Amino acid sequence: MSLRDGPFQDLKVPLTWAAAMAVIVAGVAGLGLLLSDRRETYKAEAYGAGRVVVDRVVAPAANVLSTPADWARVLGNGIGDYFFAVSENRRLKLENARLRQWRDAAIALEDINSRYRALLGVKIDPPIPMVTARVVLDARGPFANTRLANAGQERGVRVGQPVMSDAGLVGRVVGTGQGISRILLLTDVASHMPVLVDRTNARAILSGDGGPNPTLDYLRGIDPVRNGDRILSSGDGGVLPRGLPVGTAVKGLDGHWRVRLSADAVPIDLVRILLFKDFTDLAAQKALQASKMPPLTDVPAPVASSSVLPPALTSKPAAAKVVAPVAVKPAATKPAPTKPTALTAVPPKPVAKPSVAAAEPVR
Amino acid sequence: MKFQTSRQTAARSMDAWNWLAVPTLTCLMLTLLFALPIRIFGLLPPEPVFLMVPAFVWAVIRPSILPPIVLMVSGLLIDILWGAPLGLWGFSLLFGYAGVLASRSFASGQGQSMNWVWYAITCLIVELTAYLVTLIDLQAAPSIVGAFWQWAVTAALYPFAHQLIERFEDADVRFK
Repeated sequence: MSLRDGPFQDLKVPLTWAAAMAVIVAGVAGLGLLLSDRRETYKAEAYGAGRVVVDRVVAPAANVLSTPADWARVLGNGIGDYFFAVSENRRLKLENARLRQWRDAAIALEDINSRYRALLGVKIDPPIPMVTARVVLDARGPFANTRLANAGQERGVRVGQPVMSDAGLVGRVVGTGQGISRILLLTDVASHMPVLVDRTNARAILSGDGGPNPTLDYLRGIDPVRNGDRILSSGDGGVLPRGLPVGTAVKGLDGHWRVRLSADAVPIDLVRILLFKDFTDLAAQKALQASKMPPLTDVPAPVASSSVLPPALTSKPAAAKVVAPVAVKPAATKPAPTKPTALTAVPPKPVAKPSVAAAEPVR
Repeated sequence: MKFQTSRQTAARSMDAWNWLAVPTLTCLMLTLLFALPIRIFGLLPPEPVFLMVPAFVWAVIRPSILPPIVLMVSGLLIDILWGAPLGLWGFSLLFGYAGVLASRSFASGQGQSMNWVWYAITCLIVELTAYLVTLIDLQAAPSIVGAFWQWAVTAALYPFAHQLIERFEDADVRFK
């Protein structure tokens, strides 16, 4: 029904002016929405109820629409597997032989690591549970790179949790609802992720720009990155766990360092959402707040005689106390008269390091 | 083609369902289809702004109050579908619509090739608006190559716009 078919049929308005006014009003409304939108933040309420409702309506429809394509893909893969079974078998045998070598190396390294951890008393990160979800919608334009996955709040998915594919980090969750979660990809122009260069431990911020290869911003240090360097999540700020594979560094045509994402190596049909909590959330905050520093009035008054002693003598017993558990043990196992001095001299080195290593997971 | 008329005048009113709702719903459906994670021969399909077609056509056919509102609402739906900032596409499409509306007295009545150029320039205005809004809003520059490809595939949709113009341009003779 047209507007002119109702009670307003005799109302004459200059259409061009009326249309211009409608454009201005709608434009102002759009601008207001734009200014109030903060989809990239880590706040759950920033996503908005409207988005959740539309996502919940769209997700099942997209799921149904993509089902025939999935069937076709499975059928095509089946036919390919049938015809290329022999060559695939040869390739897998070679890969299996190579992986066996890696397994042996991994077992040896795991053993060394566990001994080091026991020796140094390092507190490692707790294991992270995860849920698997299927991607039902995939926006890949220059202004928005997001995906809609079919797992949501009912499975423990929360805003800010990292999302991985088989090959590497994909992005993080920016919105959740019942049965759906919106993933902001690393390539989105609003995405900024703290990362590190595996070789040099140099820190950077991975910033998306809508293209396939996000840039490495705020790189610090001299020659911090080279072509082919592995990029991992740094875990800085406690947003992501440390060490998730992101990709490899490449020099872009524009001169910027960029990252070829590991996740791009395979189609991202299924994703794993890590149910990761910021490690500061895991700490017992109440217990931390309850323990207070002793009041200053309890500090004993300085003794006159201690001020006479040189500082080296006063600090010596304390230092001996710290080193004692490590230093005495080798002396007991190795009774040789010349060795103990060397053994007792070495331990202080590792003692200094654990304080740094142990501080890292806390972030 | 049949249009509902209530008064026997030279200016027949057009049925809102035919010239507003059907193109909008078609564009939203196509946007949803192209956003599915389907690879064809290992490649993902492009992501054109389908709503650019009705935005151009509505302004060319005749000025009206309803199209800006429909554009704003459908732009919001696209923002939600793509996970873009709310208002980005509604605002950008309105910018393009306003541009066509302002220039329709100069450009209407031209041949198909000139209309295609006009449409491509409008697409460019829309892409540039979205680019600048993103740049100001997020303090980060989106990929120019990505924006160019989106503009190119959107500009290639002109034949559909031409069909719609052919279908509706005689509907209201006052705007010929």
